[in-house]
Amino acid sequence: MMRFLLLFSRQGKLRLQKWFTPISEREKKKIIRDMTNMVLARQPRSCNFLDWKDLKIIYKRYASLYFCLAIENQENELLALEIIHRYVELLDKYFGNVCELDIIFNFEKAYFILDEFIIGGEVQETSKQIVNRSIEASDMLQEDDSSEWYEVELFG
Amino acid sequence: MHMLGYPAHFGQLECLKLIASQKFTDKRIGYLGAMLLLDERQDVHLLMTNCIKNDLNHSTQYVQGLALCTLGCMGSSEMCRDLAGEVEKLLKTSNSYLRKKAALCAVHVIRKVPELMEMFLPATKNLLSEKNHGVLHTSVVLLTEMCERSPDMLAHFRKLVPQLVRILKNLIMSGYSPEHDVSGISDPFLQVRILRLLRILGRSDDDSSEAMNDILAQVATNTETSKNVGNAILYETVLTIMDIKSESGLRVLAINILGRFLLNNDKNIRYVALTSLLKTVQTDHNAVQRHRSTIVDCLKDLDVSIKRRAMELSFALVNGNNVRGMMKELLYFLDSCDPEFKADCASGVFLSAEKYAPSKRWHIDTIMRVLTTAGSYVRDDSVPNLIQLITNSVEMHAYTVQRLYKALLDDISQQPLVQVASWCIGEYGDLLVSGQCEEEEPIQVTEDEVLDVLEGLLASNLSTPVTRGYSLTAIMKLSTRFSGVNRIKKVVSIYGSSIDVELQQRAVEYNALFKKYDHMRPALLERMPIMEKTATNGPTEIVQTNGEMEPSAVEAKHPPPVSQPTSPANDLLDLLSGNDVVPVIQTTLPSKPASAGGDLLELLGDISLGGGPAPTPAPAPAPAVSSTQPAFLLDGLTSQPLFNDIAPAGIPPMTAYNKNGLKIDFTFERANPNPNIAVITIHASNSTEADMTDFVFQAAVPKTFQLQLLSPSSNIVPALNQGSVTQVIRVLNPQKQQLRMRIKLTYTLKGSPVQDLAEVNNFPPQSWQ
Repeated sequence: MMRFLLLFSRQGKLRLQKWFTPISEREKKKIIRDMTNMVLARQPRSCNFLDWKDLKIIYKRYASLYFCLAIENQENELLALEIIHRYVELLDKYFGNVCELDIIFNFEKAYFILDEFIIGGEVQETSKQIVNRSIEASDMLQEDDSSEWYEVELFG
Repeated sequence: MHMLGYPAHFGQLECLKLIASQKFTDKRIGYLGAMLLLDERQDVHLLMTNCIKNDLNHSTQYVQGLALCTLGCMGSSEMCRDLAGEVEKLLKTSNSYLRKKAALCAVHVIRKVPELMEMFLPATKNLLSEKNHGVLHTSVVLLTEMCERSPDMLAHFRKLVPQLVRILKNLIMSGYSPEHDVSGISDPFLQVRILRLLRILGRSDDDSSEAMNDILAQVATNTETSKNVGNAILYETVLTIMDIKSESGLRVLAINILGRFLLNNDKNIRYVALTSLLKTVQTDHNAVQRHRSTIVDCLKDLDVSIKRRAMELSFALVNGNNVRGMMKELLYFLDSCDPEFKADCASGVFLSAEKYAPSKRWHIDTIMRVLTTAGSYVRDDSVPNLIQLITNSVEMHAYTVQRLYKALLDDISQQPLVQVASWCIGEYGDLLVSGQCEEEEPIQVTEDEVLDVLEGLLASNLSTPVTRGYSLTAIMKLSTRFSGVNRIKKVVSIYGSSIDVELQQRAVEYNALFKKYDHMRPALLERMPIMEKTATNGPTEIVQTNGEMEPSAVEAKHPPPVSQPTSPANDLLDLLSGNDVVPVIQTTLPSKPASAGGDLLELLGDISLGGGPAPTPAPAPAPAVSSTQPAFLLDGLTSQPLFNDIAPAGIPPMTAYNKNGLKIDFTFERANPNPNIAVITIHASNSTEADMTDFVFQAAVPKTFQLQLLSPSSNIVPALNQGSVTQVIRVLNPQKQQLRMRIKLTYTLKGSPVQDLAEVNNFPPQSWQ
């Protein structure tokens, strides 16, 4: 399972954090500090995997953002890279050419998308279309937030 | 919880209020806030339970989804216990949107509360017959989690292997599916997960492994390797093949895939390959050997992670055949690598060299190379190990000392090297100066040059106190091997006033050695005996062949228990505390002889030799000399009693008593460098026709002496000189007065007890001088 997912900028500012295990505030801050230091210090052409304590850290840089995912030792690193890529694709589809500003100003949407893709450290849906459709439907529910609810059928 | 320094705990309660609201927007934000702020460490966490319970039964699936998501991400164990039933219900629903979320929620529940696993078992019955990939994926995750946690579940789910194989097959064979396609591969996430579950199911089971062989081969050969996805699947396949009981053809295929990975340009792939090879090198050593050259090339890669993996793998691949070549590469690596690698690399080199060294000379060369390049990073015990190795390779002494001397001339900053070098020069300085060396060109070195170097070490800022100690002792040892003693005397006396206490003590003691105990100097500073090592990393056992340099207090591990000798020897042990010093076994002397001796003493009042106790000389130079030995000498002291095969050092034995068929011989040992302790072994033999039983030997000495009697070998002296009883006496004679002893013998001969007293005065002078 995944332990945490962090997004931070080239300057080390944290944009998104998702923790899949209960950790104290102080631990979280320490981990964030460690991750930003380690990942930002990496050479440009080095491999995307790091060893840290008993976890494997997979990181990938997209434009100005670093996506940093921590997985347990028995997980497949190459697949973790794919997971990060899939998440970026989902964000891209939703925001249309996503950039860091989108994530800064619409961070709750980014979290919603993440929650439709991953629960409890595991991938829940492997189809891009289905994830996108769920998000759109939820958004519509939000818009139409009067006293009436109506059912939205999900196809597939 | 603070924001910009101000407490923001109000935020948590707001989250709860939002969650409880009816509006979807509020709920969405409320649950998001809950997931970020309300993890199970917070007090208000439990208040969510009711809300989540209600929302799990909401009419809108998105609300249910939110609740499931929140529960699945951060539900505490209490919450999980309360809500597991709801989750289980949702696991059986036909709504795939909810089903997949419920499955992952169940995974979380099982992780938090493993006892609830059985509850979800019925719901898993037809999970795999779903068409929806999301549900399939999460079901496989759920099954994996259950199988990992419980061997019973594992056995239960083995029957699913054919179904899983079928699903996997469909994935590979089916055409292009736009929904799940990633770079031409159909749903790689699901494929990898299935492969992983197959791995767990087939792990120690032949039948299951048999059933998967085909599909694994198919995946391995058909998957596209141009993109990362394909490689991810191949990687998982390789891991699975190596883990289950696959046939050998499949294993070879797997290793070849890894070999191909190694040649890939993509660093990630190379890294992954090195990691997997490391895992498989134990089981498939030969197959991995084939890729040795590629692995060694990876040592030169720029990437730190790859270098580390390559280094570990290289060490795992070293064996008797390739050791020379591999070591060359690894030493080259050691030269150029980052400091963080040097320590591990150095230890690895030492270990491999020890296991597979083709010759002693090669071994010494290798170690020297490591010390010169990475000297400051080697482990602490490498110095004693190297010294021990050098001592043992007798024929290499001249060569070794020559090389070490040359290394010292170049560079004195690497402390371990300097320590070893100064020790060797101290020991084998005569070989160095005489210039005999078969292996290499002999160099011309004069005694003065050698002393210059050693004195330079003493004075240098780069030398640590330990190194200085080594060099001072080395200089001292050379006093017996070189002819120019005056210079050495001068050096030693200068350091008598050094600020460093350790150096000062040594210098003072050596000074004393020159002045008062000059006759002892050659014996004390003789060559070290060969030391035997029993285990590579364990405490070293010493077989005492020559007692000259051994510390006086050697403890026996099993009976006869040796009592703690008197205080100078105590100090000796304290000085030499190594890693594994056997705790001193304090045994009380068999009290009878001692007290009997005491009684004797009182009776024999006229023995007292008068004279106030003279100030005892400083603990003899011997402790200082011994303390220069590497600490490991005391690690694991031998079980042999001190007195068995030690050369008597030239003191002739004497007959102390010979009457009525009982003959008592004394043999002397100077087993210890402490000249004040005489170790006397009595041999009692019986030339009459009957055995002497209940034989007890007691001794008394004048007041200025101290006596220790150890247990006798037996108390029956066999008749007709068929054997003898031996017993050890230790006499401490600090004032160097003539040794005198009164002995009392009691035994039973032919049923009648016999008792006799005698005085022993004919001790040879060497025994007490």
